[in-house]
Amino acid sequence: MRLTDPVKIAYRNLVANKFRSFLTILGIIIGVGSVILIMAIGGSAQELILDQVKGVGSNLVGVLPGASDEEGPPAQAMGIIITTFTYDDFLALMERKNVPQVESGVAYVQSTQTVTYQNTDSSVGIMGVTHGLLDVQDIELAEGRFFSEEDDIGLSRIAVIGSKVKEDIFGSEDAVNRKIKIKKETFIVVGVLKEKGGAGFGMDSSDDSIFIPLKTAQKIILGINHISFARFKIENVDEIDSAKEDIARTMREEHDIDNSKDDDFSVRDTVSALDTLKNVTDVLKYFLLTVGSISLLVGGVGIMNIMLISVNQRIREVGLRKAVGAKNLTILVQFLIESATITLIGGMVGITGGIFLAYLISAVVTNFFGYNWEFIVSGQSVIIATLVSIFIGLVFGLYPARKASRISPMEALRYE
Amino acid sequence: MSSLIQVQNLTKVYENEGVLTPAVKAVTFFIEKGEFVSIMGPSGSGKSTMMQMLGFLDRPSAGKYFLEDQDVGDFSDDELAEIRNKKIGFVFQTFNLLPRTTVFENVELPLLYDYKMSKDNFKKVMEALRSVGMEHRKDYFSNQLSGGERQRVAIARALVNSPSVIFADEPTGNLDSKSGTQVMKILQNLNDAGKTIVLVTHETFTAEHGKRIIRMKDGEIVSDEPIANRRFATEGELLK
Repeated sequence: MRLTDPVKIAYRNLVANKFRSFLTILGIIIGVGSVILIMAIGGSAQELILDQVKGVGSNLVGVLPGASDEEGPPAQAMGIIITTFTYDDFLALMERKNVPQVESGVAYVQSTQTVTYQNTDSSVGIMGVTHGLLDVQDIELAEGRFFSEEDDIGLSRIAVIGSKVKEDIFGSEDAVNRKIKIKKETFIVVGVLKEKGGAGFGMDSSDDSIFIPLKTAQKIILGINHISFARFKIENVDEIDSAKEDIARTMREEHDIDNSKDDDFSVRDTVSALDTLKNVTDVLKYFLLTVGSISLLVGGVGIMNIMLISVNQRIREVGLRKAVGAKNLTILVQFLIESATITLIGGMVGITGGIFLAYLISAVVTNFFGYNWEFIVSGQSVIIATLVSIFIGLVFGLYPARKASRISPMEALRYE
Repeated sequence: MSSLIQVQNLTKVYENEGVLTPAVKAVTFFIEKGEFVSIMGPSGSGKSTMMQMLGFLDRPSAGKYFLEDQDVGDFSDDELAEIRNKKIGFVFQTFNLLPRTTVFENVELPLLYDYKMSKDNFKKVMEALRSVGMEHRKDYFSNQLSGGERQRVAIARALVNSPSVIFADEPTGNLDSKSGTQVMKILQNLNDAGKTIVLVTHETFTAEHGKRIIRMKDGEIVSDEPIANRRFATEGELLK
């Protein structure tokens, strides 16, 4: 018995019942295809999200108001506003004698406001920032100037706008020295930022934001005294841990806290933030994968069903094969190879279809939504999908194949 | 003890929902090498059950069976499959060719289950096809053939492994008289060339093409005698 014979038999049976074969294989195609698609989309989305964080820089330490444990989300993410973190705290953290590792830093307040230019309103994210923003976030100016140290404490009504905001509001016109209204207050645009890319997720999309001096934002726009968060650039990546300790110690001194359990702030670095995000996106990915696997399972049950029908239709054939010398095991193997061939074909088509769809989605997302969406199909996922489809053929083909192998040749030949 | 087939008190009892139905009752006989034996009887006489036991398609309930002096009573399923493959050839009333499969592949089938891979499969298949006059049809699909042609292909399949004995179960039952005559002629030629043939039929006419006739009734042998006026299949002879 050659190995190719059962494959040939399987092929003949597939061709003989084209429509039925198609329906059978369809289940596997959809299952394998969706697994491949999910793995690809999951991988791309994860890469996109992680890129956003990496884009901020890996040698940054952030300070947020409110306590949180290392793994959980900061209080702000829950929509709780905490007012204990102030500009004075920020200045204390910037002092060399307190935290020597800090190269530069920036304090933020953030809100979304109505911006008016020539009677046209739009809703734009407004960031009140200190002068250190460009250095900390690696942003460059396209034209004009950014804020000076004096602007941090003065109440000057000046604004620096992101590249996308400039395009949306001014189009091809010059923006510098024009007047815009933010929450009905008049501001003069003094600078435009270069495009930074990596839009999305509401965080650090400097392209989409308007920046105004911190104090101006606090007093004139928001009427508050606290800051939303602060970021510090650490000179040496190896010093991030010691910097975090120094920052925490300084904050405790500022807030008269004796015990770290009573902290009213959180110190995070981007490396651990990356880890947290990766964990979250991994969970998401595997959840989706589970959903995809269920459809594969359903496809497998379909295979079993059809193989059982096929065994019943071919009782005479099995009887004859046995009469001319086929052993039970030979029949078992023949039917197993048949079902594995069916699922393998389905798997191949599913993989091709899944990859094609993933490519289509990446093209659409990149071209129409402007995300930096990478087309990722790992060789690993293709190999796994191929093996899984063969495995499904073997598992769900086993019962029908056993049934076929146990047919008595005499009864099979009598069967009409 | 040099008979090809030797059965002693061979018995088959079917059990169906607790009811025991004896199909073959303690039958004893010999078949020598080179014989052409017709097992004859009306339906229900146990002749088909007998053939199935002789051909290792079914196991006897009791009794002894020696094939070439070998007691096959305690052989496993796999060992029986191997005997069917190497020593037995079957010809069925309904041909039992694989559909959507060429004549060549149908005849080759027993060779595929011979686990000693042999390189001269092609030669063997062509030889078998030649002996039934079907070599010109080797690439036809089995469903493109007439009934008579199908049965000839089935005979070629039974021959291809050079078995010790060929069992033919009503081989002419589904054929017109001309095709039936051809099939009987082929069987007689094979017998003349030295093959042992066991024919099962309910027709006296067909049975008389053999050399010896075993008549069965109600699971027992009622007579076992040589055929005095043997019929020879020739063109123009009317079967039935």
